[in-house]
Amino acid sequence: MNNQTKNNILAIVTTDESKIIGGSVPIFLARDEKERERIAILLSKVTLGMIHDLENGCYIIVRH
Amino acid sequence: MLRYGYIIVPSIVLGIVSRISMLRVDYRQYPSYPQGVFSHFTLGIVSSSLGAVALPALLEREFSAVTFLALAAQQFRDVRNLERQSLENIDKTELVERGTAYIEDIAKAFEARNYMTMLTSLIVSVVIFLLNKFLIKFYSILIGSILGILTIVLFHKAISRETVGEIADIYPANVSFEGSILTVNNMGITNIGLKKSRKIFLEKAIAVEIVPKDENAIATLSNLGQRKAIEHNVSVQLGVRKDLDEPDFTPMITRDPDTGKLVFIIVSMEPDIECLIIAVKRTVVLESAKRKPLSSYAGRKAAD
Repeated sequence: MNNQTKNNILAIVTTDESKIIGGSVPIFLARDEKERERIAILLSKVTLGMIHDLENGCYIIVRH
Repeated sequence: MLRYGYIIVPSIVLGIVSRISMLRVDYRQYPSYPQGVFSHFTLGIVSSSLGAVALPALLEREFSAVTFLALAAQQFRDVRNLERQSLENIDKTELVERGTAYIEDIAKAFEARNYMTMLTSLIVSVVIFLLNKFLIKFYSILIGSILGILTIVLFHKAISRETVGEIADIYPANVSFEGSILTVNNMGITNIGLKKSRKIFLEKAIAVEIVPKDENAIATLSNLGQRKAIEHNVSVQLGVRKDLDEPDFTPMITRDPDTGKLVFIIVSMEPDIECLIIAVKRTVVLESAKRKPLSSYAGRKAAD
């Protein structure tokens, strides 16, 4: 656990494509709110990260 | 050797008593029972023997025997290293980590307790030897033992640590959300994205406000190691809902930068606020976290 990167954004899940400009982080586009939540949960389970809400339609997954 | 049996035997016995009185098997399960406790018990016997034979060795003009005490000191430092290493290794397996400051404190305590055992034996042997010049053996052993027990009590007092309850007041606090920000008494803690997690926080989370009593306490409680120790202690006692894939429910302490107050939130297995307050109060103040700005001129001036 200790040699994994911490406090970095691991993934972005969004319904609003216009809020995101490139970057090195994987971006997952969701159709609606429900799918966004679902993708975020699945990603957080895999990455053991925490889901944070940017309140603009984007979720970010961060491992602390 | 047998000539000094009346000095050595009572000293060793009291040394062992002093070690056992400090070997508590409680909720922390550290030293772990039964193997950890057993090895520390044995080390206690070794250190009390060293303390007990120091004086008879001198009486026999075996001055080189005193160097054994130096050897013992080295040995106990190794105990400290050993404890530190093993605690650091198992810390990775804890859901809520102890943190390095707490580990350092525990390791230090183990070292100090061995010295305590050695000193108790030494004091008892000196007392018995001196009294034996004026009294018969039975009385000198009796008085020596009584003084030994007194020494143990005094040592207990001398190396016992303060608790958080002594340096701060603990009050229950309210949990709420401002958008996605989890707040306790209007102090933002972290961003919780998932709606499901927010619901669980509102239903099950318990929180307290830790208000330091003075500037010393503010400085001490601001220490990250001290905060980790509180988080760890409480989650051991009340249980924690967190799992590796649910980091949302990690217990968290945040400091109010204006006043130095801390707020602590935990989603525990047993959401009982009274127990939370008791658990926080009983957490020890770490030696390595303790600061006393009020003892300095500048600190006192700045405080008023």
